[in-house]
Amino acid sequence: MNKLVIENLSRVFPGVRGGEPTRALEPTSLAVAENDFVTILGPSGCGKSTLLRLVAGLDTPTAGRILLDGRPVTGPGADRGMVFQSYTLFPWLTIADNIAFGLRERGVAPAERDKAVEEWLGRIGLKGFERHYPKQLSGGMQQRTAIARALANDPAILLLDEPFGALDNQTRALMQELLLGIWERTHKTILFVTHDIEEAIFLASRVLVMSARPGRIKADVAVDLPHPRHYTVKTSPEFSALKARLTEEIRAEAVLAAAEH
Amino acid sequence: MTPLAPVSNSARVLLGISFFVLFIALWALATLGGFVSKTFLADPLTMLADGWSLLTQHGFLTDIGVTIWRVVGGFVLAALVAVPLGILMGTFKPIEALLEPFVSFARYLPASAFIPLLILWAGIGEMQKLLVIFIGSVFQIILMVAVTVGSVRRDLVEAAVTLGARNRGIVLRVLIPSSAPAVAEILRLVLGWAWTYVIVAELIGSSSGIGHMIIDSQALLATGQMIFGIIVIGVIGLISDFLFKAANRRLFPWSLA
Ligand SMILES: Nc1ncnc2c1ncn2[C@@H]1O[C@H](COP(=O)(O)OP(=O)(O)OP(=O)(O)O)[C@@H](O)[C@H]1O
Ligand SMILES: [Mg+2]
Repeated sequence: MNKLVIENLSRVFPGVRGGEPTRALEPTSLAVAENDFVTILGPSGCGKSTLLRLVAGLDTPTAGRILLDGRPVTGPGADRGMVFQSYTLFPWLTIADNIAFGLRERGVAPAERDKAVEEWLGRIGLKGFERHYPKQLSGGMQQRTAIARALANDPAILLLDEPFGALDNQTRALMQELLLGIWERTHKTILFVTHDIEEAIFLASRVLVMSARPGRIKADVAVDLPHPRHYTVKTSPEFSALKARLTEEIRAEAVLAAAEH
Repeated sequence: MTPLAPVSNSARVLLGISFFVLFIALWALATLGGFVSKTFLADPLTMLADGWSLLTQHGFLTDIGVTIWRVVGGFVLAALVAVPLGILMGTFKPIEALLEPFVSFARYLPASAFIPLLILWAGIGEMQKLLVIFIGSVFQIILMVAVTVGSVRRDLVEAAVTLGARNRGIVLRVLIPSSAPAVAEILRLVLGWAWTYVIVAELIGSSSGIGHMIIDSQALLATGQMIFGIIVIGVIGLISDFLFKAANRRLFPWSLA
């Protein structure tokens, strides 16, 4: 069953001071099945964030439409959780209150809220940090909290925009395993944007490759690596084959994108 | 000295005090050394003696109390009106479009120039003094709060919206807490300005307050009293600043950590 359907979605940003308008996203169609983990891979500036922001309802499309569970998306809502590339924890709230934010906004009773916070603190390995403020945490811990904050709200779909982009390689790898572990347990439908090929393959049940600007989907690759996925899968021949293939696809786009600048 | 390198707490206090000492030493040298005539500038010792007699014999403590009450009263009234208005303006762009031009204009109306008019309207009682401070502070606070609230990080608002927050939640639980430390800073700043308005208000048509004492002393050429009055204002300002900063550290630990 399709969770998310995108039909001929496009976004053109008006030109700045009489300049050429920016075609950030060419008409794009896409269907994401329930419980799928879809990663979107593309060079910088190809419109990945634009696509995700449209799905989140933070931006309005120039044309086309988005359906979530068959209902059209008209604005932001708690049914689409989002994790941003920048650190967006609320600095005035403790880690526990950050995780509880969405539940509170939706009027969930305090007792239930506390239970959810307790659970998520455990899942992201941050027990003992509930009274800390975001500034007192490392980047990796902050992004883990941001993921917990979005998931505690139990959205229909989770959108992640290069959430690990600012982290070092080791932390990044650990975060990928954590997120994949959560998905293997909950099978939450996920749309995950990245420009890291290994990350895209390791996490996904399906990788979409976007072309250089103006962005559109140029390849759709299923990833059949077994679950539960261990990090050692990254050295397997199947993984290498996928990586080689996607590297080819993305290289052509990166060359195009570079030529443009 | 390395650029931006921090200085230890004890060194900070020591350096801060040493400049006061230097200042007073230069003042003492100029007056006690006979470089400046006593008629124009009293020396520190005379100033202290005059101040003591002001406090003990002329009821200057009452004047200080009256002035503090006026500043705090006018300032609190201004803050009660201006902070909510500023938040509304920063949050909702149509309200900003409606009020911003007028507030920007009103901000430049000098509060002291209103004094004759206010005396006409409100007499020379307490109301008039409060109004001077109110007019002097309210537009400044509105504008600065509006700018602060309007520049809250967009991505925080977007995060809140994707978590299900609606208008009320965004204002109460994102915009306000996020800008609270900056708003407290604005209030601290404007309270400092309010002190200059109150003294001006007391210089004209007043029978009590620090400003009134200063203008009375002028008739007597009592420069020692005048300087004592000015220094008292400075000391009170320093204390209120200190209290404000301490309160901010208490209320907003997250903004420092
Ligand atoms: N608000 C905006 N106004 C004008 N142009 C925009 C706006 N947002 C994005 N763009 C343009 O749209 C194009 C796609 O931007 P987008 O942020 O979606 O890229 P991206 O794939 O997420 O890149 P990155 O990997 O660097 O984050 C870029 O050329 C960008 O300049
Ligand atoms: Mg992006």
